[in-house]
Amino acid sequence: MTPTTRRLVCFGSAAAVGGLLLHGLVRLPSFGSYRGPYGDVLNATAVGERHATNIPSAVNFDYRAFDTVGEEFILFVAVVGLAVLFREQRDQSCEQQQERRRHISEAVQWVGIGLFGFLVLLGATIVLHGHLTPGGGFQGGVILAMAALLIYLLGGDEVLERLGRRASIETVEAAGAGAYVLIGLSMLAAGGAFLENLLPLGQSGRLNSGGMIVLLNVATGVEVSAAFALLFVEFLEESRKPPREPS
Amino acid sequence: MSMLPYGVSIWLFLIGLYGVATSRHLIHLIVCLSVAQSSTYILLLAIGYRHGAGPPIFLRAPVGTPAVDPVVQALALTDVVVSAAVTALLLAVAIRIHKRTGTLDPQALRPLRN
Repeated sequence: MTPTTRRLVCFGSAAAVGGLLLHGLVRLPSFGSYRGPYGDVLNATAVGERHATNIPSAVNFDYRAFDTVGEEFILFVAVVGLAVLFREQRDQSCEQQQERRRHISEAVQWVGIGLFGFLVLLGATIVLHGHLTPGGGFQGGVILAMAALLIYLLGGDEVLERLGRRASIETVEAAGAGAYVLIGLSMLAAGGAFLENLLPLGQSGRLNSGGMIVLLNVATGVEVSAAFALLFVEFLEESRKPPREPS
Repeated sequence: MSMLPYGVSIWLFLIGLYGVATSRHLIHLIVCLSVAQSSTYILLLAIGYRHGAGPPIFLRAPVGTPAVDPVVQALALTDVVVSAAVTALLLAVAIRIHKRTGTLDPQALRPLRN
């Protein structure tokens, strides 16, 4: 297909899809006049029922906690698939590690060390307060993974590589994903439904409230931070190898 | 103007698809796919928006304060996570294709080449 026909086909089908979308969206309530009812019901009852003040977090880790299992495993499988894809290739090419010393200025190192502690604290805070304020396991987990990326910037390539090779990052990732399911199963064992919030709910607005939501946030934070750290390690290790000759 | 966010969402989706269809570089193609996917965030959040309402977080605000829909916000979070996973996997595939064939132009990758 020549680029011109490709473009013509694309314009034709885009016009059709766009028309269909427009037709579907034009009957929606106009922007800014949300009519409910689900959101309104949750906004009115979630604080009383679950003692969590961040309602989207209560939706993700309580009302729809089962969907979040799927979401976690999408990330898990994607990152493991990526690692498999890279490693298979790496095993085929011979192990020719070239020693590459990078020069890292002292200013970068000092700022980085200061930032590292800050990032870890910020990530942990966001994970732990997911049921109270905006944040949660996914958001905090990504911040924690940035701390791992900072190690690379500070010249700790060997540290990251050793972690990657010893498979400890994968173990942490799998532990996070497994812990989420185990929390759900323990609710089943305690006589409830899978992922039913049976833990004491505490007082709204306190750190130790919301029951199961905090635990699920921590499990998710562990999984997400390890998944993104593994992602970085794999991409960085891939970029160290000289490209193979085109076959 | 009350339909503008829906229009923006459709436009982002179509412009992303156009980029995917006419792309000459796999990395560019993956970015275009992200653009198309970001239209869903706008659509979800626009559906749940209410004029003059605050965020669905009741730590300081008392329960009963007008707030936007928390369900679509939770869905948008799922959307972002899936988008990140898909982008990472596609970038890995692009790297493999480059190592195998030496090119990142999808139109140079014909099934019958070699």
